[in-house]
Amino acid sequence: MEIELNDLIADLQSLNQSLPDPSLRDAFHKIQSRVEHIADLVRAEPVRRSKVKDMSAEVVDSNPYSRLMALQRMGIVENYERIRNFSIAIVGVGGVGSVSAEMLTRCGIGRLLLYDYDKVELANMNRLFFRPDQAGMTKTDAAVQTLSDINPDVVLESYTLNITTVDGFETFMSSLKNKSFSPDKQGNGVDLVLSCVDNYEARMAVNQACNELSQTWFESGVSEDAVSGHIQLLIPGETACFACAPPLVVASGIDERTLKREGVCAASLPTTMGVIAGLLIQNTLKFLLGFGQVSPYLGYNSLKDFFPTMQMKPNPQCSNAACLKRQGEYILAKPDRDAAAKAKLEAEGPSIEEGPLHDDNEWNISVVDDHEPDGTNTTSSDALPEGLTHELPTADEFQNPVTPEAPINDNDDIDELRRQLEAINSA
Amino acid sequence: MEGWDPNTKSTLTQIPLLTTKSGPRDGAAWTVRLKEEYKSLIAYTQMNKSNDNDWFRISASNPEGTRWTGKCWYVYNLLKYEFDLQFDIPVTYPSTAPELELPQLDGKTQKMYRGGKICLTVHFKPLWAKNCPRFGIAHALCLGLAPWLAAEIPILVDSGMIKHKDDATSSTES
Ligand SMILES: [Zn+2]
Repeated sequence: MEIELNDLIADLQSLNQSLPDPSLRDAFHKIQSRVEHIADLVRAEPVRRSKVKDMSAEVVDSNPYSRLMALQRMGIVENYERIRNFSIAIVGVGGVGSVSAEMLTRCGIGRLLLYDYDKVELANMNRLFFRPDQAGMTKTDAAVQTLSDINPDVVLESYTLNITTVDGFETFMSSLKNKSFSPDKQGNGVDLVLSCVDNYEARMAVNQACNELSQTWFESGVSEDAVSGHIQLLIPGETACFACAPPLVVASGIDERTLKREGVCAASLPTTMGVIAGLLIQNTLKFLLGFGQVSPYLGYNSLKDFFPTMQMKPNPQCSNAACLKRQGEYILAKPDRDAAAKAKLEAEGPSIEEGPLHDDNEWNISVVDDHEPDGTNTTSSDALPEGLTHELPTADEFQNPVTPEAPINDNDDIDELRRQLEAINSA
Repeated sequence: MEGWDPNTKSTLTQIPLLTTKSGPRDGAAWTVRLKEEYKSLIAYTQMNKSNDNDWFRISASNPEGTRWTGKCWYVYNLLKYEFDLQFDIPVTYPSTAPELELPQLDGKTQKMYRGGKICLTVHFKPLWAKNCPRFGIAHALCLGLAPWLAAEIPILVDSGMIKHKDDATSSTES
């Protein structure tokens, strides 16, 4: 197109020389400048930047990492360039996940694994990241398209699948375990899993995988009424898992009975999702690069601009078997942890004694209070901090069933039962 | 059981409950659960037939019993509207309920998530969570799909979003 435009400009110039009637010159010049303007626009078409071998701290306008490396010069971060060694899995590339992926991409993260089975729709355009021309593409493909343009240094892997199905889950698990990006890494192939899904079923699937793999992860969520959200750090065995207690959500302060749900499933706002993505990735960066404090649970109530925080211990009666296994390992490793903490304390010299953050497990939710550094940092599960509430009730397994249970007879043949159902179905 | 109509309530209490808490990744324990699912579904289907309220067909479409397909229908203004029904048993079942899908209605109603998954009422998930592992597929259909069809099909028909299958061919004749 650029070549054709150049030819056209040359033709116009030679025509200008041989123009017999000077009165036409004005109109001719106008046409000429319009063509040249179009040619300029075409020349300004996006140029893909090439890959960068090392992150430079040099402050020049061509260095994409200069402002990030400045964090190191200012003493906020010890070694920023470590970010290139990290792998992050983002489950759900929707309103929160896509923005989170863009933030990590711009920060120069080493590798991103993206999971989603959905397609981009025009109905998603009230959120950030995706463009109308990407409608119809899978969210994973569209994200890879945009992210690789923004930063070609990031290694992108996309998985178009549903992690709650048996097959999807197996692929999810093996992708987390794959260590081809950094073979020397301890543990799994990823450093952190970020759950950015919009439903309980998928969160429980992430929880299952991370408990089985002993993989630290962050949960994030925005309420269906779009006015609150939260992030939560989950370290299997050390903190409560997602199944240890019913999910904690921020109370919007709106009476459930007055909330009009007729005719709609869920609302969404780019603002709330952007705030949650920002909180999630800020804590991800702190976790990875070792600066500041990582929030165990941080809520966001947008109506009151209120940010409740809390901390949750694992439930020794958790219904998830893998969680119990991780809890056992965590207790066994206590002497090592104590020794390490003591050594660290001695190295740092005398300081204020801190309250036991992760004392032995007692099934309860603990609320960390600045004013009570020792002793009672556990309260009953009913006593949640102000502004937080449980989304679902606990399984009520002790209640007597209202009808007799289906008689259990292990001699029953599964094929026979299948035939019985088919017979009734076709009757 | 606040928020449920008396009909759903009384039907629900007659569906046999399940006892085994195991999911599709639990090997032999899943087979035990699958047997309970079958018994519960057989009893529910039989009950519907004898009450003259037959409204779905469902069967496992793989030997592992993790994917289910079938049909469901709803009668409105004396006309029967029938839809494909499908769902997967999630890896975290029965802690989480199956997400019921009506793919033919995808994009036709707001009360649906991507892929044609029906949007359940605020009452469904709490009741399911409370009754884990006693509720199974039959309970999900009774508590989730039946009230959804009763609420949404009349709206979809009245607004013209769905047409009766005989309507499309006969409309030019009238
Ligand atoms: Zn747990």
